Amino acid sequence: MDRIPILKLGRALLVTVQVDMHDRLAMALEEDLSAKIVTTGARGVLIDISGLEIVDSFMGRMLDTIAAVSRLLDADTVVVGMRPAVAITLVELGLSLNGVKTALDVDRGMALITGDYGHASEGSEDLEDSDDRGEG
Amino acid sequence: MIVARDDTLVIRNPDDVVRVRQEVRARAVAAGFGLVDQTKIVTAASELARNTLDYGGGGKARIEVVQNGARKGLRLTFEDQGPGIPDVELALKDGYTTGGGLGLGLSGARRLSNEFQIHSVVGEGTRVTIARWK
Ligand SMILES: Nc1ncnc2c1ncn2[C@@H]1O[C@H](COP(=O)(O)OP(=O)(O)OP(=O)(O)O)[C@@H](O)[C@H]1O
Ligand SMILES: [Mg+2]
Repeated sequence: MDRIPILKLGRALLVTVQVDMHDRLAMALEEDLSAKIVTTGARGVLIDISGLEIVDSFMGRMLDTIAAVSRLLDADTVVVGMRPAVAITLVELGLSLNGVKTALDVDRGMALITGDYGHASEGSEDLEDSDDRGEG
Repeated sequence: MIVARDDTLVIRNPDDVVRVRQEVRARAVAAGFGLVDQTKIVTAASELARNTLDYGGGGKARIEVVQNGARKGLRLTFEDQGPGIPDVELALKDGYTTGGGLGLGLSGARRLSNEFQIHSVVGEGTRVTIARWK
């Protein structure tokens, strides 16, 4: 069976959710992620859904569950890259994703996890400084 | 009202739910729906197709491209011969679920559509029809 790759990115785990993920794959991801949080001691999980054309209640519940499990394992979950049309549709669907943090892109999501908020806003506002931010 | 195109897909497994989403997306694009409208009708279709599979034990999805005067739209019908819904009004309440879900599928699909009809008979099955106009 296919599995969704989980990448280690500093102190976080990065998962890129592809278009039209099958149910079985979603379930496997929940298990793989919880195991990997424990083995790597990751402080956060970034879930990149920029490739997702829709988020329905099944997917929403999966994101909620991942966030809840991660929290118990002392890791934050940040969903990044939600498309505007998906956000509009989610609100009408009634899915608030209350337990999940969101960020516009992976960089900002990463900043949420490392607690480096100032860095994130600097990156978005002071574009002319972006060359000598001394990242990493 | 003119039906310009009429396709029926079988819903027997989770892969079929994916196929329904893809087919509805393709029809919505062809009908000239904008991105937000596409996303809404595909999301509604995903909810109803999953209900057909999970609660109805499988069934059919009918996808019609309809034209009413100058208005183009999609009409989707999900039908199963499952157990039916004893209290439709209750099932349409946000948060009501008998399957450990979020209870948002039916009510959400109704909000995401311009027209919504549900007909369910206990012991016979359930039919949900939605339409969204461009
Ligand atoms: N086709 C159907 N046949 C029989 N019962 C159904 C059908 N569709 C929905 N129901 C009933 O209505 C309830 C509400 O459905 P709804 O889609 O709103 O929520 P859910 O499927 O339980 O959770 P969610 O869709 O949020 O994951 C279901 O739990 C089920 O009891
Ligand atoms: Mg449902």
